[in-house]
Amino acid sequence: MPRSASVAAVSVRQAVRQFGEQRILDGLDLDIGAGQFVALLGRSGSGKTTLLRALAGLDRIDGGQLQVPQARAAVFQEPRLMPWKRAWRNVSLGLRGANPEARARAAMEEVGLQHRLSAWPGTLSGGEAQRVALARALVREPKLLLLDEPFAALDALTRIRMQQLVLELWRKHAPAVLLVTHDVDEAVLLADRVLVLDRGRIVDDLHIAQPRPREIATRHLQEVRRHLLGLLGVESNAEPAPNHSFYLTGTHR
Amino acid sequence: MSLRSHSRWPFWRNLGARLLSPLLLLLLWEAASQSGVLPARIIAAPSAIGGTLWQMLASGELAGHLWVSLIRALSGLAIGVSVGASLALVAGLSRGGELAIDSPMQMLRTLPFLAIVPLFILWFGVGETPKIALIALGTTFPVYLTLFAGIRGLDPKLIEAATLFGLNRRERVWHVILPGALPSFFVGLRYAFGISWLGLVVVEQINATAGIGYLVNDARDFMRTDVIVICLLVYSVLGLGIDALVRGLERFTLAWRPAFIRS
Ligand SMILES: Nc1ncnc2c1ncn2[C@@H]1O[C@H](COP(=O)(O)OP(=O)(O)OP(=O)(O)O)[C@@H](O)[C@H]1O
Ligand SMILES: [Mg+2]
Repeated sequence: MPRSASVAAVSVRQAVRQFGEQRILDGLDLDIGAGQFVALLGRSGSGKTTLLRALAGLDRIDGGQLQVPQARAAVFQEPRLMPWKRAWRNVSLGLRGANPEARARAAMEEVGLQHRLSAWPGTLSGGEAQRVALARALVREPKLLLLDEPFAALDALTRIRMQQLVLELWRKHAPAVLLVTHDVDEAVLLADRVLVLDRGRIVDDLHIAQPRPREIATRHLQEVRRHLLGLLGVESNAEPAPNHSFYLTGTHR
Repeated sequence: MSLRSHSRWPFWRNLGARLLSPLLLLLLWEAASQSGVLPARIIAAPSAIGGTLWQMLASGELAGHLWVSLIRALSGLAIGVSVGASLALVAGLSRGGELAIDSPMQMLRTLPFLAIVPLFILWFGVGETPKIALIALGTTFPVYLTLFAGIRGLDPKLIEAATLFGLNRRERVWHVILPGALPSFFVGLRYAFGISWLGLVVVEQINATAGIGYLVNDARDFMRTDVIVICLLVYSVLGLGIDALVRGLERFTLAWRPAFIRS
């Protein structure tokens, strides 16, 4: 279900970021509509994290303009939980407004961790910790959710569950999502739009209108996939991982 | 035995195991003294030491000295830990603070403790002040160095996450930096306890009329090896006690660390 892109959640104009002589972002333009699910692909070192950090407000840009909503949250490759705070306290940390505890509990329930509320982060599995990180991001009701390879460190099965969870939560809370990933299949299966970052700019912007859950084995998605892999410098004649699509179509909805 | 199962041991069994080997050593020693291998001039027999100990305990002499020493050690420690921790916080939490504080501290920490005694006597006379000041000085550095390193060694990703999730500076210090630096602080605290207690031997040579260190020096002048041994025993028992205290504190405040988590 593609959402209306009329209200912009993110608007980036001619963004430049350089480290020394190296221009990582070089006149980058990007618009993300409210509630849109956007995946960002790019070679390693192409500046995906740099862009995401700038959008999160964790890093500056050296030129250009950036418009982002005030309410944004991020999940990184590592959960980044405070080991000295119990799981639900990590979720409620820094939460303003009424009744932070109840909201934190509700968010923990949404990610399926109501039984691990008072667990120390040191006792959580990688997937559980990442779900707590997701709860911590969502409890803030962000207009923009930034995800920097949040599933990269997880095993394949957990990764598929997490992808479904993110989709579900996205449908429910409707934030704009920018998902940085290395996984072309993941991008194609989840996103409304797939962007490719190269040499400091967005070099491709593919809209994928197919309804979810998607099947990677369909002809159209195969073409999209091959095209993206080509852009990323991988000549593709390999078959897609079959179990990937199996789980996504088999267990969802 | 793994650390985990170790931490599950009940407290008293733990303490018992810690005291076992010293007790065995004691038995060996008594045998050597009784057989004349160890004359009292070199070292008194445990039984003789026990007798003297009993006497000193009954007369309240030992308790009196202990009390005086304890007050000195704790006063010095309180000052040293507060100063060390405050300096570490200022230096650790601000660039300016680091510039102003860290390099002088790094230079001062290499000064030998003993070499400062004459200077402190000149400055503070021979009363209680130089004694407490020396212990305070000796305990400042381990606390400063470990806490500063703890603050600076914190994972910047955690601080970044805290910033992103809307914590202001004060909240970041309170919820992220201080709890994160606490384990390092405890390492420093352990050193500081040890230094305060051992420092007594040195500082109580300065014109003291009471205290465990005084007792040692006095006993040396009269060749009372039994009294010297009693003082050493007091040191080691208190060392064990302090260790247990810090362990307890750690277990209480660092319950989140994997080594302390009970499954
Ligand atoms: N703080 C920094 N100082 C200097 N160079 C940096 C800094 N941060 C990033 N870079 C450089 O910028 C480039 C882009 O980094 P970035 O982390 O954005 O890449 P990425 O696309 O996220 O890569 P990956 O897919 O491997 O995560 C890299 O060459 C990196 O070395
Ligand atoms: Mg990256």
